[in-house]
Amino acid sequence: MIFYIIKRLLVAIPVLLILIVSTFILMYAAPGSPFATERGIPPAVLANLQAQYGLDQPFHIQIWRYVVGVVTEFDFGPSFIYRDQDVNDLIGQGFPVTLTYGFWSFLVAVIVGGSLGILAALRHNTWLDYLAVGISIGAQVLPNFVLAPILVLTFTLWLGWLPGGGWQGGQWQFVILPVIALSTSFMASIARISRASMLEVLTSNYIRTARAKGLPMRRVIFRHALKPALLPVISYLGPAFVGMITGSVVIDIYFSTGGIGQFFVASALNRDYGVMMGITILLGALTIFFNLLVDVLYAWIDPKIRY
Amino acid sequence: MALLDVTDLTVSFDTPDGTVKAVNGMTLSLDPGDSLAIVGESGSGKTQLAFAILGLLAKNGTAGGSIRFDGQEILNLPESKLNAIRANEIAMIFQDPMTSLNPYLRVGDQMAEVLMLHKGASKRDAFAESARMLDAVRIPDARARLRMYPHEFSGGMRQRIMAAMALLCRPKLLIADEPTTALDVTVQNQIMELMADIQRDFGTALILITHDLAIVAGSCVKTLVMYGGRVMETGATDDVFAAPSHPYTRGLLKAVPRLDVPQDKLETIPGDPPDLTALPAGCPFSPRCPASHEPCATTMPVQEAFEAGRLRACHAARETVA
Repeated sequence: MIFYIIKRLLVAIPVLLILIVSTFILMYAAPGSPFATERGIPPAVLANLQAQYGLDQPFHIQIWRYVVGVVTEFDFGPSFIYRDQDVNDLIGQGFPVTLTYGFWSFLVAVIVGGSLGILAALRHNTWLDYLAVGISIGAQVLPNFVLAPILVLTFTLWLGWLPGGGWQGGQWQFVILPVIALSTSFMASIARISRASMLEVLTSNYIRTARAKGLPMRRVIFRHALKPALLPVISYLGPAFVGMITGSVVIDIYFSTGGIGQFFVASALNRDYGVMMGITILLGALTIFFNLLVDVLYAWIDPKIRY
Repeated sequence: MALLDVTDLTVSFDTPDGTVKAVNGMTLSLDPGDSLAIVGESGSGKTQLAFAILGLLAKNGTAGGSIRFDGQEILNLPESKLNAIRANEIAMIFQDPMTSLNPYLRVGDQMAEVLMLHKGASKRDAFAESARMLDAVRIPDARARLRMYPHEFSGGMRQRIMAAMALLCRPKLLIADEPTTALDVTVQNQIMELMADIQRDFGTALILITHDLAIVAGSCVKTLVMYGGRVMETGATDDVFAAPSHPYTRGLLKAVPRLDVPQDKLETIPGDPPDLTALPAGCPFSPRCPASHEPCATTMPVQEAFEAGRLRACHAARETVA
């Protein structure tokens, strides 16, 4: 197991390198410049700027410098737009915010979605089941860029209960709406997955065996059915968590929460090469890490999987 | 007093295609320590009979009639009362050992929980007894095996584990539903020997559900032949095999391939298994029966005794005798 984890972490290194190189090539190939303005910049100034950020160098020198900086000093370079901040500063500001509401969204999606799905399966073909299925379909078809303004209209403008944006260091009133907006569709997916897999598990032969042993239904569910029913949910959690972090783009824009999502979009629009690269690498690393985590969790639950 | 009395049992399922009548007025009786083989082809209602006894019918299933176990009516008992009987007094071994054990739990935990539940045993005692029982079904190195997961065992061993698990509480009745179907022939033999030993050593009454006549011949004192959810004939196994009285039993026995007689083709019973959503008013076997005649399709023959300890339900057989 330990060896497996080490092996997976080693494999992650070339994967990340490929990610860095290909993103870099795409950025390099894209037209536009971080210094382009409406009025235009005198050529001498532009040349100076380009020299300062190393953009006058040939491609291979640029990418070599970048990779060396990242690998040796964990230096993701300067931001091309925020003049006195480098990429590490910006991510250091934004990522804790994203991680905070991402974590709570994840928790809400798993707990609410999981219980909703399992409850629906246990009450299969009753009003509770239909209600749960209805809720999850509704929640799934509602994109968060629609849900977010609806939430703000309802809870901020109409009811006046919660602030419609801002972060204020993550006080709870400011966290609630972003979490609802972000978690809803993931909650719906988890509800659907857990319902389907629970229904399947409940018709399995080993559940019949458990019932034939005279175990009370509660024990049949918790001891015999829950683990296998949650396996498909777990395999969904890795992509889901990363999806939430990337989904923060919309959240940051609607709620002005100041997470990395807003830097991500802004950097793409402004050709802020440094920030763009930094966030891409961060998300790539997170994806690799969470997929590994899911695999480890899987092996822990399913005795047939041993690495 | 009989251990198990099934009277006029019916089992039906509501499905989108109509009502499936799996069991249609079964009556049977079993004494303590007795062994009864229930024989019939797929879809004859054998398994649903067993599920009805343990209250394990699917949600869309309903059962009528009466099942008395040890003097107590157990048909349609509430789940909580049934749970006290399941595994404790009536235990069951299922058809497919590969999927009947929970793949996510250690064998020892799955076995021990039965004793902890029904006998209030401590975890330590339950594991010790489980190990003893694995030993009794001839699984070597039982203590270490308790810590293993089902996928670490072969099919035959898993069925032994199922048998050991079923016997933990020393039930009065063991229902084995095609315990050997999924196993290869040599392992089949071992399991059947195990069943015979269990019966002898524990004094457990046995209902063996099977479609394999070769297995029946060697293992059960009595045989009951089922078709379309009804009893066709029943009696001592030796009598039924030596002188089958019902045309269906004769057909079944003829269909057993023989090694001592040269045969070009396998014998079959012409026709298809009955459509359980549209059974004939009379004998369910009548559409395929070589002796079928006027009353057969419209009137169900009554079940009647005709020799010592034998019963049958057939118009044709009665007329031949008379």
